[in-house]
Amino acid sequence: MSIAAKANALWEYANPRKFLATSERVLPFFWITSAICLVVGLVWGFFFTPDDYKQGSTVKIIYLHVPAALMAINCWLMMLATSLVWLVRRHHVSALAARAAAPIGIVMTLIALATGAIWGQPMWGTWWAWDPRLTSFLILFLFYLGYVALWEAIEDPDTAADLTSVLCMVGSVFALLSRYAVNFWNQGLHQGASVMRAAAVTGADTEEKVSNIYFYPLLLCIIGFVLLFIALVFYRTGTEIRARRIKALLARERVSG
Amino acid sequence: MIALLLRDLKLAFRAGGGFGLGLAFFLIVTVLVPFSVGPQSSLLSTIAPGILWLGALLACLLSLDRLLALDWEDGSLDLLATAPLPLEAVVTIKALAHWLTTGLPLVLAAPFLGVLLNLPVPGFSWLVISLLIGTPAMSVIGTFGAALTVGLKRGGLLLSLLVLPLYVPTLIFGAEVARRGATEMETQTPLLMLAGITAATVALLPFASAAVLRINLR
Repeated sequence: MSIAAKANALWEYANPRKFLATSERVLPFFWITSAICLVVGLVWGFFFTPDDYKQGSTVKIIYLHVPAALMAINCWLMMLATSLVWLVRRHHVSALAARAAAPIGIVMTLIALATGAIWGQPMWGTWWAWDPRLTSFLILFLFYLGYVALWEAIEDPDTAADLTSVLCMVGSVFALLSRYAVNFWNQGLHQGASVMRAAAVTGADTEEKVSNIYFYPLLLCIIGFVLLFIALVFYRTGTEIRARRIKALLARERVSG
Repeated sequence: MIALLLRDLKLAFRAGGGFGLGLAFFLIVTVLVPFSVGPQSSLLSTIAPGILWLGALLACLLSLDRLLALDWEDGSLDLLATAPLPLEAVVTIKALAHWLTTGLPLVLAAPFLGVLLNLPVPGFSWLVISLLIGTPAMSVIGTFGAALTVGLKRGGLLLSLLVLPLYVPTLIFGAEVARRGATEMETQTPLLMLAGITAATVALLPFASAAVLRINLR
């Protein structure tokens, strides 16, 4: 199949019926694989990895903290992409997917913040510090809240989709700006990125990277979270499509009856 | 364009309360701070730049829901949208009028409120400079928020929820300039960043505001 044909095949999912049929067929696969990945990854991580020589067993919070934080950011990126698709090609499924993803992003952000606080208490001796990473996550949380609140406030679905899409794009720019502003404003306690280093690709065990003993179960947990996120977005988008259909049916009934 | 600006200014001055309200709010916030944190002058002079910046920001926020809502209600916004003037220009003029009636008075009032909070002497000029550069960004960002929520019945609270996260970079750099100025540190970096944010928002955000307004007027 040529690239153009493949691209066309992707746009076919803009048809809600086709989207529902396919997502229903693949959903069980995503649910099951994400459950397997998460259970194996978490059990492996919690019970079959050694305690860190400095951090003790608190290091194992990493198996929830890192994947949740990753998904919190990726969820916003996904919303940005679907918002763009909605603004350019006016596919309703795309707008509904952005709407469906936002609450998941809120939950992921909350998990990352909460596990971070629980991790920070024994390690840094404080639940919260105005560290750049922590602060930018809090700001991301506020952006999510505003986005969801705007969806809820507007009655006309197309207007709501348009306005939230623009907000998502402007918000992304400002979120990025805030990230660097916050970096400038305070030096942090949080360590730098240490999971996805170049060494992670080659498999070499180096100083600045999370040790391989922790890395493999962590990778499994990350995959599990990604699959879980995809499953939840498909599921919630399906729900949104059905809710929209019911509304349309009721409206039609009111007109004819 | 000038006629529209004059009209907005006249409305702000004459339509009772809109003009002085932001200033009065700024004054009250500043007066309430010593009641809540205690009257020690050393503490007050440490937090004065931040408090004044926060007060100015909140006072700016307070007047945003009137920015477009009145024109929306009496239908003049529809007329403006069909006028030969592009909507981007209308939005920019609206933001300019908001700045002249809210931002500029706040900038001028800030040094007097600085006296109340025991602001260190070198901080005064930096406070005024940082507010002078930062408040236009607040007006432009606020106009975007007002355009987003203009069609809503109870948009006021939602407007604050949407606009306040957008104010974060401006607040960080602006308050940093004022704080560094008060302690006689180097202020060039945050000042340049603040000026950059203001320039970028003034240049780009009116397009987003106009786009949003078109969606709302559809």
